[in-house]
Amino acid sequence: MSEVLVLIDHVEGAVRKPTYELLTIAKRLGEPSAVFIGPADQAAEATVKVKKYGAEKVYVVDDAPLKGYLVAPKAEALQQLAEKSSPAVILIPSTAEGKEIAGRLAIKLESGLITDAVDVQEGPVTTQSVFAGNYTVTAKVTKGTPIITVKPNSAAPEESEGAGTVEEFSPTISDAAKTAQIVASQPRKATGRPELTEAAIVVSGGRGTGGDFEPIEGLADALGAAVGASRAAVDSGWMPHSFQVGQTGKTVSPQLYVANGISGAIQHRAGMQTSKTIVAVNKDEEAPIFELVDFGVVGDLHKVLPAATEEINKRKG
Amino acid sequence: MNIVVCVKYVPDATADRQFESDNTVDRVGVDGLLSELDEYAVEQSLQIKEKAEGDDVTVTALCVGPEKAVDAVRKALQMGADKAVHVTDEAIAGSDYVATSLVLAKAVEKIGAEEKVDLVVCGMASTDASGSVVPAMLAERLGLPQVTLASVIETQGDQVRIKRDGDTATEVIGGTMPLVLSVTDQSGEARYPSFKGIMAAKKKPMETWSLSDLGVEAEQVGLSVAWTEVEETTARPPRTAGEIVTDEDGSGATALTEFLASKKFI
Ligand SMILES: Cc1cc2nc3c(=O)[nH]c(=O)nc-3n(C[C@H](O)[C@H](O)[C@H](O)COP(=O)(O)OP(=O)(O)OC[C@H]3O[C@@H](n4cnc5c(N)ncnc54)[C@H](O)[C@@H]3O)c2cc1C
Ligand SMILES: Nc1ncnc2c1ncn2[C@@H]1O[C@H](COP(=O)(O)O)[C@@H](O)[C@H]1O
Repeated sequence: MSEVLVLIDHVEGAVRKPTYELLTIAKRLGEPSAVFIGPADQAAEATVKVKKYGAEKVYVVDDAPLKGYLVAPKAEALQQLAEKSSPAVILIPSTAEGKEIAGRLAIKLESGLITDAVDVQEGPVTTQSVFAGNYTVTAKVTKGTPIITVKPNSAAPEESEGAGTVEEFSPTISDAAKTAQIVASQPRKATGRPELTEAAIVVSGGRGTGGDFEPIEGLADALGAAVGASRAAVDSGWMPHSFQVGQTGKTVSPQLYVANGISGAIQHRAGMQTSKTIVAVNKDEEAPIFELVDFGVVGDLHKVLPAATEEINKRKG
Repeated sequence: MNIVVCVKYVPDATADRQFESDNTVDRVGVDGLLSELDEYAVEQSLQIKEKAEGDDVTVTALCVGPEKAVDAVRKALQMGADKAVHVTDEAIAGSDYVATSLVLAKAVEKIGAEEKVDLVVCGMASTDASGSVVPAMLAERLGLPQVTLASVIETQGDQVRIKRDGDTATEVIGGTMPLVLSVTDQSGEARYPSFKGIMAAKKKPMETWSLSDLGVEAEQVGLSVAWTEVEETTARPPRTAGEIVTDEDGSGATALTEFLASKKFI
């Protein structure tokens, strides 16, 4: 069986959940080989994790010579690894960085690229959600090694012990790849809540909050949810951009999405329309968000949310 | 300084966007416009020009798209770009990222043959494809560094510094021109064309190039040679109408709690 390369998404060695989803998908397509690009001393921690989700091999690329140089060297590393291992498919997380690596890699390998897949089945045949979630598209790559970037929540991670054989790999990085550089970096503060794109429940607020996100955060915490925001709330400076849901923010596809004081503009829908269950609280019964909902409350969020939060907390005892 | 800003003509997001029978995006039947996200790219290009004061800066808007895309090109000129290049050719229809980036790269090279291009500025994503990959592919093809997804842009001489709100960190990224830059919708409101700008645009140079002007063979682009193939497009079934209640004296909160409990979210 051919190898399927999976680029590990990690922060300082801590593997992010979408990696396990990619490994689960990789098992359908061949033999999962995880690729770790990062500091050598963090590789062991990551290896233990990916092995649990079926990685037969773990290629470790020590990033000391390429650290801080963004995506170009990573694309070179993957190219050389692909030339060496002739994988059947290359799976990359659909993050901003992942997509850029994939873009460069596709040109280098003269291979077709499919971005933002929400499902990948044997073939590989991908499923994408396009036009603000109004259409579903299935597609496949017809040239070279299929390179597919996969969105979070595209598969339920399945544990299955792999061999996890570590193989060190030292790519040759060109000087040209070492031009753009990270000058400074400030890690995002942890919120203590689930990661927006990975959360099972998301509670969002828009302009209708009037800038008061307490009712949103209260309900989110009662439900163990992540907090999201509309662009209007972000543009008003009420929430940082990293909380924005929509076309130019994050795409989320949770089990439950609760939109509060959000009108439901097409660009917002683009980021949440594929959520399983949608609930809205809005004081305007004509708000377009109500066209999407499974359940809606016409009312003032400043009254409805705190009362609901209290009832939920009571029920939980 | 020579700036090329890449602008795409896209179907209006608020209209009913569709697919053609061959599964390509309907770019003719649905009203199109300059991708809103590329307006930010034009805006930042113009701001770099305005800040450079004494230096001579040329901003060229570059668009690869159908004949109607001339509307998008014109809008960029009205906003303040100095000149424009519109690459259009029957053979381009149905091109994927790979082919689009090839045509863009060849056009940038041709523009650069007259005067070296220092900056290629892109939007963060096209509003129809949303791939956010063309800038990276363009950088790869042109052999340039990429400094992408900028919310704040500063240039000084040939140095570029940007701020980027990344997934896990806020970063400052630096590079030396020539390079490919992409900007987000956080980079600041894009200007509306002024009356003066609209009038001035009529006299600005606009060139229309075909594939043969770029030395690209028809066999290198278009649907039939795309490296990816769409198998099927399906309209998402409309969501079934949900239950809507009106809050009266707290009834909304109770009904909401009941609903969440019935779905086992509590
Ligand atoms: C290129 C482009 C990209 C964009 N990308 C995004 C994106 O990624 N994400 C995004 O969200 N938007 C995006 N937008 C903006 C989008 O078009 C809308 O402007 C935005 O989503 C509106 O946010 P909102 O619903 O919070 O505000 P509004 O549309 O102003 O709606 C506020 C709602 O709150 C309700 N309300 C007011 N007070 C209360 C109350 N007390 N209780 C209950 N309800 C109340 C009102 O009835 C109204 O429905 C983008 C736009 C463009 C052009
Ligand atoms: N056909 C095109 N013509 C001009 N610029 C384009 C075209 N396609 C993509 N671009 C540029 O590349 C950016 C990202 O596009 P995409 O990768 O399709 O999301 C856009 O914001 C444009 O700046």
